[in-house]
Amino acid sequence: MSPTAIELAASIRSGERSAADVVEAHLGAIEASEPSIHAFNTVTADQARAAAAEVDRAIAAGEPVGPLAGVPIAVKDNLCTNGVATTCSSRILEGWVPPYDATVVQRLAAAGAITVGKTNLDEFAMGSSTENSAFGPTRNPVDLSRVPGGSSGGSAAAVAAGFAPLSLGSDTGGSIRQPAAFCGVVGVKPTYGLVSRYGLVAFASSLDQVGPFATTVADAALLLEVIAGHDPADATSIPQPAPVISAHLDDGVAGLRVGLITELMGEGIAPDVAARVREAADALAAAGATMEEVSVPAVTYGLSAYYLIAPAEASSNLARFDGVRYGLRVDAPTTHEMMVATRTAGFGPEVKRRIMLGTYALSAGYYDAFYGQAQKVRTLICRDFAAAYERFDVLLSPTTPTTAFELGAIEDPLTMYLNDICTIPTNLAGDAAMSVPFGTDASGLPVGVQVLAPALGEVPMFQVAAAIEAAAPTAGKDAR
Amino acid sequence: MGPYDRGMPAHISRDDVAHVAKLARLAVDDHELDTFTAQLAAILDHAEDVEALDLADVPPTSHPYPLVNVLRPDAPGATLTSAAALAGAPQAEDGRFRVPTILGEAP
Repeated sequence: MSPTAIELAASIRSGERSAADVVEAHLGAIEASEPSIHAFNTVTADQARAAAAEVDRAIAAGEPVGPLAGVPIAVKDNLCTNGVATTCSSRILEGWVPPYDATVVQRLAAAGAITVGKTNLDEFAMGSSTENSAFGPTRNPVDLSRVPGGSSGGSAAAVAAGFAPLSLGSDTGGSIRQPAAFCGVVGVKPTYGLVSRYGLVAFASSLDQVGPFATTVADAALLLEVIAGHDPADATSIPQPAPVISAHLDDGVAGLRVGLITELMGEGIAPDVAARVREAADALAAAGATMEEVSVPAVTYGLSAYYLIAPAEASSNLARFDGVRYGLRVDAPTTHEMMVATRTAGFGPEVKRRIMLGTYALSAGYYDAFYGQAQKVRTLICRDFAAAYERFDVLLSPTTPTTAFELGAIEDPLTMYLNDICTIPTNLAGDAAMSVPFGTDASGLPVGVQVLAPALGEVPMFQVAAAIEAAAPTAGKDAR
Repeated sequence: MGPYDRGMPAHISRDDVAHVAKLARLAVDDHELDTFTAQLAAILDHAEDVEALDLADVPPTSHPYPLVNVLRPDAPGATLTSAAALAGAPQAEDGRFRVPTILGEAP
């Protein structure tokens, strides 16, 4: 087992290991296995070595260093990095170098974390398998014939493969939690507004949220504490400091009320997955939590509402890619023709599909029937969750209906969308949720248990996640 | 499962798809038009569950939290330089983004 971020940070701070040594070890792991996994669009080895040298210098000089000083991290390639290409795995942004850092990237640097590279994703974060990347798919380190999930598949794979103990992803409908489940790592979608979106290339602005991947719940909590907290550069940022989570991880779950969501345990959920979730629920009960089943009826409408709302917002957000200010331009005689030629050449099929779906859902004559109706369903989902959280501190469900599937196994878009049925409702409600590994299916593939919490309910969510982690059977297949 | 097995698309026609592609500044050929029409129809068919609900009395939610205007003091601060802002542009000239001709083109 590779050391955790917390262990690495402690050994670097104490002088037991140098940051340079830690970074070299991870760059070595990347060099050895990246060709078969393809977690990265860009590996920033030179910058990482320079940053490690600076951490080692500061420690030698007795200067104070941040909580992640010297700890390698991988960053999803839809987060802007000053001077380092940011592609969103799209031809339309290939080679674009942002002139500024996303707020979360600034906070990582301030905490002393060392970015080792930018990770692959489904183009513009649209997908559930990382097969929609313009630069080729990422493979699941647990089983190279399988997808890592998506859209943050590169970030999940990087942590699962030991390329970095931590990574950042973004989650619009499950894009952190689903790949975390598929790769057997921890993935957190924080409360909407808890983490700044400044410098995150927008997909669906009312749903997008940046969050951590890690191998342990405690590492994920530490990373969330580093990136969370108010940011004046994001008007939707909650004006509160970052929550204190790590200090409460060992508080236990005695007396916490946990509800198992009935609607997400039946039809469409693989029997092995449902079985692991029930075992996790039993473990929580044994640890002193109150367990009950609870109905959250409107979650069954989440998929339909999401695939009207998210494409509608995407069609607006992606209008900015027009060949004028950044990225690809395909030359044509007039500006109109240039824009059409650029967007046609620059966007892949899934992005085009969602732009057209969103444009249609927002167009005159259909707005009320589709977009307007979906927004009302969003209200129902918020209400049903609010009612459930009057009786329960956190809720429980599978993260995904199945374990990781093989590359190329799902070609139909709607079938692919069904991957997200358990994760989407949380984004629509703006609440928090995370995926924790809990055992495997009969083939040895990881199963993720989803812990859901109301907005700003991160502390009980992480407490329950820590209890699930403590009770989890030891992992099956090990990629390392 | 056969998401396209429901006969003629109830929700979106080939002409509709051609129209939204035009609005979205995307060129689609005949083959793509067939594929996208079938796929979008299947997705919209799935949304029938939502379309069928009687939600006349339910207010819409556009955002998980009530949005309010956020203002900062009107004070000078650090911004990108013109050169940095133009550095990623496909074409720039005299401190501005350069585009092909815009006058006289069809809307």
